[in-house]
Amino acid sequence: MKDALKRLRRNAPVQLSLGLAMGVAFGACLQVAGVTRYDVIIGQLLLTDFTVVKVMLTAVAVGTLGVHLMRAAGLADLHIKPGSVGATVVGGAIFGAGFAVLGYCPGTVAGAVGSGALDALVGGVTGILIGAGIFSVLYPRLEASVLGLGKFPTATIPEVLHVNPRVVVVPLVLLIAAVLYALEYLGL
Amino acid sequence: MDWTPYIAGAGIGVLSWLAFLLSDRPLGCSTAYARASGMIERAVRGKAVLDRAYYKQFAPQVDWEVMLVLGIVLGAFATAFLTGEFALVWVPPTFEAAFGPSVPLRIAVALAGGVLMGIGARWAGGCTSGHGISGTLQMALSSWVAVVVFFTSGILSAFLLYGVWP
Repeated sequence: MKDALKRLRRNAPVQLSLGLAMGVAFGACLQVAGVTRYDVIIGQLLLTDFTVVKVMLTAVAVGTLGVHLMRAAGLADLHIKPGSVGATVVGGAIFGAGFAVLGYCPGTVAGAVGSGALDALVGGVTGILIGAGIFSVLYPRLEASVLGLGKFPTATIPEVLHVNPRVVVVPLVLLIAAVLYALEYLGL
Repeated sequence: MDWTPYIAGAGIGVLSWLAFLLSDRPLGCSTAYARASGMIERAVRGKAVLDRAYYKQFAPQVDWEVMLVLGIVLGAFATAFLTGEFALVWVPPTFEAAFGPSVPLRIAVALAGGVLMGIGARWAGGCTSGHGISGTLQMALSSWVAVVVFFTSGILSAFLLYGVWP
């Protein structure tokens, strides 16, 4: 089983096909959920439509249970991104401004293009490509200055707290269930 | 109540299991734009673009994540087509209600937002998928910080843009 998985993960052409297939499924989920629509995303940021929060929190609750169980069984490894105040907080603030001005994010903008949103294609995708290009030019200067300021440990919250992952995962899933129940109870 | 967001969200959660199990990677989207941007610039300006330090880390070539983003376009198109939701739209209704029906205005605003998003996603090392879903489900410290900042900044910016004062 584990050897077969290793071979599969190293098979480059198969991986490209898997990426495409998972993308098709991801795009279908985003479209069914309605989060490929500008109105739904901007509604979330204006706190009038909670669809985005419902989709994301459900995905996190379902995802975290499965990934942690697979990890315990030795079938999955975590990939934790590094972060810092200078990178995550400053970059995140710029991202959030772009999120509100564009009204899509990098995944949902691709779905929006598929559903026929021409502002997503002509404005959104073009803008993100230009922005990514600008970042590649700025990168050496940012790397030498702001990106490394206030580094976080490249770790999970359970690792930082020195506890077993289930001590954090189980309460988080219960908390998510409670938040989603409250949203429905309030009619949001 | 409407179960659709929960069913779709659970689908994305299951998809994240498959990504970890079969491909040993989290679902993420924004690196694909960095690679695609490098590929386009290379085609226009030549190989010198590849010397940039950033492209040594993220080679401008088609990888799993680029295929994922192409797949999102196809999957959303097929679903929208099958459900009769496919429609060519230049200006979304909420934008039109607040700022008018001007197509050039909407495209200029979307372009500006896209540029900010492209810079911000690479600056923060991930987007609403890579940090917001895949990072948080792994309980990554950096990703929980990122998603809180994404939405705080997004909500504040949307309130400013739409002139809503709490």
